[in-house]
Amino acid sequence: MATPKRPDKTLGESLRAHGLSRRGFLKLCAATASMMALPASMVPRIAAALEQAKRPSVIWLSFQECTGCTESLTRSHAPTLENLILDMVSLDYHHTLQAASGDAAEAARMTAMEANAGEYLVVVDGSIPGPDANPGFSTVAGHSNYDILMETVEHAAAVIAVGTCAAFGGLPQAKPNPTGAMSVMDLVKDKPVINVSGCPPVPMVITGVLAHYLTFGALPELDGYGRPMAFFGQSIHDRCYRRPFYDKGLFAETFDDRGAQEGWCLYRLGCKGPTTYNACATMKWNSGTSWPIEAGHPCLGCSEPSFWDGGSFYEPVSVPLTANARTLLTAGAAGAVVGGTVAAVAKHRVKKADANRQPVTIEELEKKL
Amino acid sequence: MPESDRAKEQPSAAQDCQGAPRSFGNAFPVLNEIRHALQRFVQTGEETRIDLSAMPFGPGDLDRLTDWLGTGEVQARVDALGPTRVQETAIAGVWLVDYRNAEQQRLTLHLEVASVPEILRPQPQDLADALTQLDARLEQATGTTPLSS
Repeated sequence: MATPKRPDKTLGESLRAHGLSRRGFLKLCAATASMMALPASMVPRIAAALEQAKRPSVIWLSFQECTGCTESLTRSHAPTLENLILDMVSLDYHHTLQAASGDAAEAARMTAMEANAGEYLVVVDGSIPGPDANPGFSTVAGHSNYDILMETVEHAAAVIAVGTCAAFGGLPQAKPNPTGAMSVMDLVKDKPVINVSGCPPVPMVITGVLAHYLTFGALPELDGYGRPMAFFGQSIHDRCYRRPFYDKGLFAETFDDRGAQEGWCLYRLGCKGPTTYNACATMKWNSGTSWPIEAGHPCLGCSEPSFWDGGSFYEPVSVPLTANARTLLTAGAAGAVVGGTVAAVAKHRVKKADANRQPVTIEELEKKL
Repeated sequence: MPESDRAKEQPSAAQDCQGAPRSFGNAFPVLNEIRHALQRFVQTGEETRIDLSAMPFGPGDLDRLTDWLGTGEVQARVDALGPTRVQETAIAGVWLVDYRNAEQQRLTLHLEVASVPEILRPQPQDLADALTQLDARLEQATGTTPLSS
């Protein structure tokens, strides 16, 4: 773990002290622009900003999670660059990655919070049993997740909720939500919350959001769900390389028919691309090798709220009543409009579902059993 | 190892698969974008960078685009934070800049429309430092300060 106190050197000074040439720095900026999903024309501005940047202290809290988000982060497809990015932030507390344990680990968190009050970033993965839930459902060092979260965010500059569990409740909150799981934005109301959803999120999206904060010293532009527009501004459907087949009305009907072999649109196999906003189509997975749709599987919609409770992964997304099926299947140029409408209807449905959320206690669960 | 051999060591995902890459039709619009960028460059001198790794390409689309652009006369390699390979395409003024890390994994792939890609040019701060550096070497060799002569 790095020392909690923020270094005095700017990033430019620090990198040059480590022997990085200006061409190397320019390359870093090009890769950073790509990582932040910014146009390549922004590279000179990024270079100017990074030159003066100072690395922020980051406290990473893990609650009701599977560590998949951290696994994703560590498998970022540019390890050397990721190491550099991890060097660019001062990662002062992270259960899985830190060497310290027990009291020393908790002391590191407290020291970082004191030394960087008002300036540090809190990254959260995992959902949190709400204030009314049994605190024993998930604890760290004997304290409830809720208490640790509220204590840590009190003097933070912002909170980044990484993964669908932290952003929207995710799997722990899926029906019947036995632990009364809540998302970070359900609980933190007085700090900016950035949602980096996905199960797990694309590795470069996690580092991209951190890089944005480092570069510009500000939070990125967010969508209605608090997700950075640069990565979640367009639907999977709109960025899908199979989209031309959708526009032509060419669909795979089963996983082994001609359509599947020819790489046609997976809409009828349950693809949630039209209602899902994420960067998979361009950033891809596994060192930029491929992504689910390229591997022939429909998008599950893992970056959207309540995706676990959204019905079968293999049923086509529901179609708004105002657009008949024939119109949709032969949509042609109107595809984008229909896709957008489907997305809007799905979002409305999700918001309604969120409003009716009914946490269930263990006692209630046991009664049913 | 010759540069061409190195490139062969790093086949793209599409090349790993058997059979000719299929066209998903997503490369052609980019070719048009390059056409507009080149026209702007010829008329006004405005340079353009396109991040090809941010394009929603399907398997084979990138290979198709690079095939269309062809291979020009100039190849260059920059060793800083791992290798960066610069390749002129058969279209003058259109360059492919392939940023890789020390493990040869691609960080990003840019297409630049310019006389010379930015990463090949010496940076202004480096030029200022270069003069001081050269003066120091001259002074060491001759025992006189060049600026005072």
